[in-house]
Amino acid sequence: MERLDWQLATVNAIRPENPTAKTFTLGLPRWRPHRAGQHYDLRLVAPDGYQAQRSYSVASPPEKVGEIDLTVERLEDGEVSSYLHGTVVVGDRLEVRGPIGGYFVWQPEMGGPLLLVAGGSGVVPLMAMLRQRRAAGSKVPATLLYSSQSPERVIYRDELEALGRGTDGVSVVQTFTRTTPPGWKGHTRRIDRAMLDEVLRPLGPGLLAYVCGPTLLVEAAANALVLLGVPPDRIRTERFGPTGQ
Amino acid sequence: MAELEGDVNRALMLDGNSVAGLLGGVFGAEVTGCRCQCAHCGRADAVGTLLAFTRAPGVVLRCSGCEQVMMRLVEGADALYLEMRGVAFLRLERR
Repeated sequence: MERLDWQLATVNAIRPENPTAKTFTLGLPRWRPHRAGQHYDLRLVAPDGYQAQRSYSVASPPEKVGEIDLTVERLEDGEVSSYLHGTVVVGDRLEVRGPIGGYFVWQPEMGGPLLLVAGGSGVVPLMAMLRQRRAAGSKVPATLLYSSQSPERVIYRDELEALGRGTDGVSVVQTFTRTTPPGWKGHTRRIDRAMLDEVLRPLGPGLLAYVCGPTLLVEAAANALVLLGVPPDRIRTERFGPTGQ
Repeated sequence: MAELEGDVNRALMLDGNSVAGLLGGVFGAEVTGCRCQCAHCGRADAVGTLLAFTRAPGVVLRCSGCEQVMMRLVEGADALYLEMRGVAFLRLERR
């Protein structure tokens, strides 16, 4: 691995995804292709030297050259996410290092079928996988099972609807745990074994599963997948939450 | 599991992926995809699967099987302390 040094990225665009999540497009002077699932570390340094550092998953595929998209959910007590949401504007510079991580990654040559299980902002690295799958022309069947508290909290809503409607081999199954869209006839509970059983059946044997979200969701889903017969070495997990070092 | 159940730390628990940047700086290579073995229970898995407790003055990594401490990292102004008594081995791949 090349040494990962900090670099000054320029904010090229900011797009709201929903009331609490924004995507920041960063231009990198020393951009390198990442693998879907990898993240960047971002650090803020105050004039007095105080530092705060967080990890954010890349949402864009590596086919987007020279730039990365980081989707950041604003946390109520998040000192970094509040700053990014409330203060940062296009043209600002941010210190980042990456791409980072070698475990929770997918590349088209790893094949599939792919079962992607997301809770909340855990959808971000999984979206990078779906975007890369499409950009690379991969034909592996893929299903995204995505749990949100409410319709307002869904990230990439329009793109997911389009993906789910397409004939490209991707299906999107959503569940809402607190409030549902008007007329919703789909799932209205947390991800459980019965739901996973239903979505993994059509994918057939030999699937690769990626689970990302809050730790309780990750453990429940990963344990249920093992009980459903998915070999543990075909399940990769990433726990999301407020980080800080 | 029982030891940490209901612990506030458990809700904030992350995994080895979240400290990939820190570990990359220590080892000079990406290690979250590398296998390591727990010195307590013998489980061998990727560093990315270890349970990570980061809301502390340092970082504590525990085995995802037996939950015993495998690694501790503390960063100071002038030095970084790395304690790995709980790791039987770490497999660093040559590339």
